[in-house]
Amino acid sequence: MRYHKPTSFADAAAIAAATTGTLRFLAGGTDVLVQMRAGMVQPDDLIDLKHIPDVDQIRQTSDGGWQIGVAVPGIVLGAHPGLTRDWPGVVEGMNLVGSTQVQGRATLAGNLCNGSPAADSVPGMIAAGARVMVTGPNGQRDMAVEHIPAGPGKTNLAKGEVISAILLPPRGRHGGDAYLRFIPRTEMDIAVVGCAISLRLDGDRITEARVALGAVAPTVILSEAAAQAIIGTNLNDAALHALAQAAEASTKPISDKRGTVEFRTEVAGVLARRTAKIAYDRAKGQGK
Amino acid sequence: MTKIHVTTTVNGDPVEFLADPRETLLDALRNHLDLTGTKEGCGTGDCGACSVTVDGTLVCSCLMLAAEADGKAVETIEGMAGEELHPLQRKFIEHAALQCGFCTPGILVAAKALLERNPDPTDTEIRFWLAGNLCRCTGYDKIIRAVQDAAAEMRGAA
Repeated sequence: MRYHKPTSFADAAAIAAATTGTLRFLAGGTDVLVQMRAGMVQPDDLIDLKHIPDVDQIRQTSDGGWQIGVAVPGIVLGAHPGLTRDWPGVVEGMNLVGSTQVQGRATLAGNLCNGSPAADSVPGMIAAGARVMVTGPNGQRDMAVEHIPAGPGKTNLAKGEVISAILLPPRGRHGGDAYLRFIPRTEMDIAVVGCAISLRLDGDRITEARVALGAVAPTVILSEAAAQAIIGTNLNDAALHALAQAAEASTKPISDKRGTVEFRTEVAGVLARRTAKIAYDRAKGQGK
Repeated sequence: MTKIHVTTTVNGDPVEFLADPRETLLDALRNHLDLTGTKEGCGTGDCGACSVTVDGTLVCSCLMLAAEADGKAVETIEGMAGEELHPLQRKFIEHAALQCGFCTPGILVAAKALLERNPDPTDTEIRFWLAGNLCRCTGYDKIIRAVQDAAAEMRGAA
């Protein structure tokens, strides 16, 4: 295995484009090293992205959004006052990934590129309308986070392409987001179902909403129908009921050791209702 | 296979060694530097027995390549005691917060990292912080009590 330490994303993309064998990028390594040890992946080339300037930085963009480096670990996200104030749902999703030790290393970009449908940080990013900067052999492009996962363990990034930053939009006024997951224990588990919702209010009325569901389809999904169920409402009981029904209808789950199709479908509706209430309270400035 | 020259600081001492590119920091500590206090439990980041700090951040040394430690400051269990035991070490003995002891180095390193950030944690905060450190002997209650007692002593001494 060749271990590379490029100092620019252009160099990283060039190395990646030139490889003919198995390639992995290394940010926090909390998935890649486990896969290497298990023999699931034996990279010929491992490209460590942590020597590229600013990959460990969180900075506010000129429009009031946030740019998060690909090597920023969960523990740093959780300790960032501005980001936690603007996008608590994104931060709480990431902070549910693994233990304190894993939080010291694991990253949003890695959680996204690992391609798990149950990735805890991904629904929050999708609900937030996050985009990623992608650097490839032919330059940069940006993609919506929901367009990155292609299926379990697979992304839509082309050969030689690497995520070079996470971009969160400006939160703006009267907005709130939240993420909840169901696991059968209190900590250190993989989501059976996850749900993130971001919304914006005009008075009591929801004017914008995005609803993302995790672990109920081959990829994390963005449910337009679930969002439409609460837009224009004040999140009354009828709206919550419609949201739950739309969320359930959006799912395409499988039965596995963590949950059955029937259980996952029902829990998707339950979590959508609960998550919407938290996001709504946060948008009102009343939430925690 | 080309070895990688790694220069790092472990418990304040500058060290250098040649690492296989696939070698973990855990294996380098144990096999190159003879620092065998850091244990391998699962090797997949689940158990925390290999906990160390790197530039002050608590990590599993099995989930990090030795090559990634180049230029970093690593702290292991061997750096915890000075002339005398660290209060956490002493309180673990007093409270019998260990039986077989295999998880203890990792738990001590993790607990020290917690108390540096939060000198007065609640029991719940301790349990969540140490959720990635598995102990199959004690049932954790004695560990929580030992950490609380050490924290109280360290607050008093400060």
